[in-house]
Amino acid sequence: MARTSLSAVALQLSGSGAAVSEPAGPASATATPTFVLDVNGREHQLTVDARVTLLDALRDRLGLTGTKKGCDQGTCGACTVLVNGRRIDSCLTLAVMHEGDRVTTIEGLASGEQLHPIQAAFIKNDAFQCGYCTPGQLMSAVGMVNEGHAIDRNTVREQMSGNICRCGCYPHIVDAVLDWKGRS
Amino acid sequence: MSQPVLGAPLDRVEGPGKVTGRIAYTADNDIPGMVHAVVVESTIANGRIAAIDESAARSAPGVIAIMTPRNAPRVDARKVDANDSLLFLLQGDAVEFDRQPVAVAIAETFEQATYAARLVRVRYDVRPPTTALASGERFLPDQIFGKPAQHKRGMPEDAFARAAVTLKQTYRTPTEHHNPMETHATIAQWTGDRLTIYDATQWVFGVQHRLAATFGIDPKAIRVVAPFVGGAFGCKGQTWSHVPLAAMAARLAGRPVKLVVTRPQMFGWVGHRPQTEQVVGLGAARDGTLAAVTHDVLSETSMSDEFVEPSVVFSRDLYAVPNYAMSDTLSRLNISKPTYQRGPGESTGSFAMESAMDELSYALGIDPLELRLRNYSANDPDSGKPYSSKRLRECYAAAAAQFGWSARNPKVRSTSRGRMLVGSGMATASRATHRSPCTVRMRMNADGNVLVQCGTIEQGTGTPTVYPQLAAEILEIPPERVRFEFGNTDLPAAPIAAGSQTSGSVGSAVVVAARRMRELLVSHDGKPPADGFEVELEDSPPPEEAEHATQAFGAHFAEVEVDPDLGTVRVTRFVGAFDGGRILNAKTARSQMLGGIVWGISMALFEDTRYDARSGRIMNANLSEYLVPTNADIPDVEVILIAGDDPFANPAGAKGIGEVGICGSAAAVANAVYHATGIRIRDLPITPDKLIR
Ligand code: FES
Ligand code: FES
Repeated sequence: MARTSLSAVALQLSGSGAAVSEPAGPASATATPTFVLDVNGREHQLTVDARVTLLDALRDRLGLTGTKKGCDQGTCGACTVLVNGRRIDSCLTLAVMHEGDRVTTIEGLASGEQLHPIQAAFIKNDAFQCGYCTPGQLMSAVGMVNEGHAIDRNTVREQMSGNICRCGCYPHIVDAVLDWKGRS
Repeated sequence: MSQPVLGAPLDRVEGPGKVTGRIAYTADNDIPGMVHAVVVESTIANGRIAAIDESAARSAPGVIAIMTPRNAPRVDARKVDANDSLLFLLQGDAVEFDRQPVAVAIAETFEQATYAARLVRVRYDVRPPTTALASGERFLPDQIFGKPAQHKRGMPEDAFARAAVTLKQTYRTPTEHHNPMETHATIAQWTGDRLTIYDATQWVFGVQHRLAATFGIDPKAIRVVAPFVGGAFGCKGQTWSHVPLAAMAARLAGRPVKLVVTRPQMFGWVGHRPQTEQVVGLGAARDGTLAAVTHDVLSETSMSDEFVEPSVVFSRDLYAVPNYAMSDTLSRLNISKPTYQRGPGESTGSFAMESAMDELSYALGIDPLELRLRNYSANDPDSGKPYSSKRLRECYAAAAAQFGWSARNPKVRSTSRGRMLVGSGMATASRATHRSPCTVRMRMNADGNVLVQCGTIEQGTGTPTVYPQLAAEILEIPPERVRFEFGNTDLPAAPIAAGSQTSGSVGSAVVVAARRMRELLVSHDGKPPADGFEVELEDSPPPEEAEHATQAFGAHFAEVEVDPDLGTVRVTRFVGAFDGGRILNAKTARSQMLGGIVWGISMALFEDTRYDARSGRIMNANLSEYLVPTNADIPDVEVILIAGDDPFANPAGAKGIGEVGICGSAAAVANAVYHATGIRIRDLPITPDKLIR
């Protein structure tokens, strides 16, 4: 269709030719509660906007930028952290909801300069390329083991499927997890 | 030295930084006084902004400014060269595509900026959009990467008419969005008239020049920083609209500004692989020898720019075909500008051509691999030039043996495993290697330690690991003694890290500099003086390099299981063998090939950006509805490297390896699906609805 004929169609289709986008926002500004967050065994007193997600609290307020934002929608797993040993998407939960919880992030995995064995296994098996999904993958691997799943190839594949790696390192991620914990 | 350094599967030197989260990507940087910007994007795909009411947004808590076409600083949004794009910088009221930037909210915190962005009310005059490939205005572009949009060799029409067997089919590939895990992000800081930019980019110098043109300032006044990029695959090659928007917002706010593109906005203004409709004609003798190939491609472009998906490159440059014709037609749509995506051209073109070759093999009753071998070309069939190196036969043989190809029952729908239909398919991989001028600086200190500097970036390809390996090999020192500094515009200029050219370009410059350094060393009896040595040089491809055609090659073999009742497809095995010339590091090279194969499986089965025909809006702008593979979707993949020297490609002897893995892999999966089911799917992705009949 030639571009010139579009305007005629436009008039027919859109009537007055006007559309309004009226997105609805929350009704008012939010509260700023004060609470204590335990991250990697350290307590932090925070006074933040109640809308702040756990992910943004870690990254923007506590400077713990090892945890990544890949979607902010709970679809990619880049933001995976452990809360009381279980993995969650930290972008899907508000920081204020975690007073009294133990939060573990990628910064809490190594002991000083001594890498956690899963970190070493990721390096050895080249289980990352750009590295952006990697903190989430690592936390997910640790969480998966904490959750008591069998460590065989197919279970690891399934249990690690909440963490997208666009670089396509999946088989190497499975190799690394098995190298750390398992049997094939 | 006992162990050869080059090619050794050394661990990535930045590995500890990546696994501990210590490495900073763009959005991880914090600058004192920094505030946050969130882009408001259009909710229509064609029309104009009638009015913007930002009053509610402006009075929301923490808001510093709402930037709209009314108050946005005046800048130059026009493209700087043929490869560049018109940017959408709030300089007017026209809307050309869904999710075009129309305003920017700037506030103290990310939450406040996000909230304010939602309070901006935009009223539009809407025109019906055109997003269907068939409906756009069609035209032949002036050129595709310096070559004409129509091209012929021999007498294709005659040869096709006279061929014993002919086949003509239409193949379709959808719009695909890159979606690296790190979304685009920019931090902009003005210090007087000087601008500092942290940006997720494949090319810091490209950003520098684009911003200089946009703001009318000296490139030297702009410093761009991007050491670590969280995946790119092509979409971070161009400087897109949000980069100047961040700098404009910083000017308006009088503060440093961080602007992070959201995942849904990754489907907006940051590029995508264009959809294609490809008609492939094959004319062959009964023994399978190709007499004529025609390849006519229709692909989409945006209203104000031209991007051609060069799918024809694959059919043009691979098989020994005496008679050939191609054409590239564009269709103008209400979409954002398409761009390069991993294996641009060859990825889409190989799906069409390698599917057609598979169809021909069944039509003639010739084994698909044998058909490829019968059309093997010793020289580049289009230019007649010899290849700089070609080990494709070895790739076929190694991958076929590893896969067990000869044990396959050639009949379609002949094999099952429980309820599942099992099929296997193969395809050829091929991808041109490019090379551009590159400058490096190399310093050897008195203690013999070496620093190499070059303004390229690391996006997962092994930059900080492989170039020290290359230098160490020539200088005959352990690679730990070579450090590579990269990722900002203060360093010597590197070309864009794209187009499978970085190992050829940066690698060659490192080789030439290291050779010169070694000469210096020899002339000083092997000991650097107290103030060390320094070599800085620009390395450009010499004219004689054009005497050869340089391409990476490979062979893909895939096995699939198809559920005959549900139409679901799982890839159960995959073997790929590749000729990438000299391999700088077997570990990182293997990972790049693996990544390419995963992208091919993804292209075959999952990726598909869907436009709503009426509104022109993208319906699946997120990672739960735009499907990419998860861990459970990917089988064990075997990558075989057929490594070897390439004396003619470039001084590094390396052919590009980042993209060849995706070229042909989608076709191998589609061909396996045909073998399993007897159903030929010519439009990607292969979703269950297409297999249930
Ligand atoms: S950032 Fe939380 S799941 Fe993607
Ligand atoms: S390593 Fe790049 S996304 Fe996983």
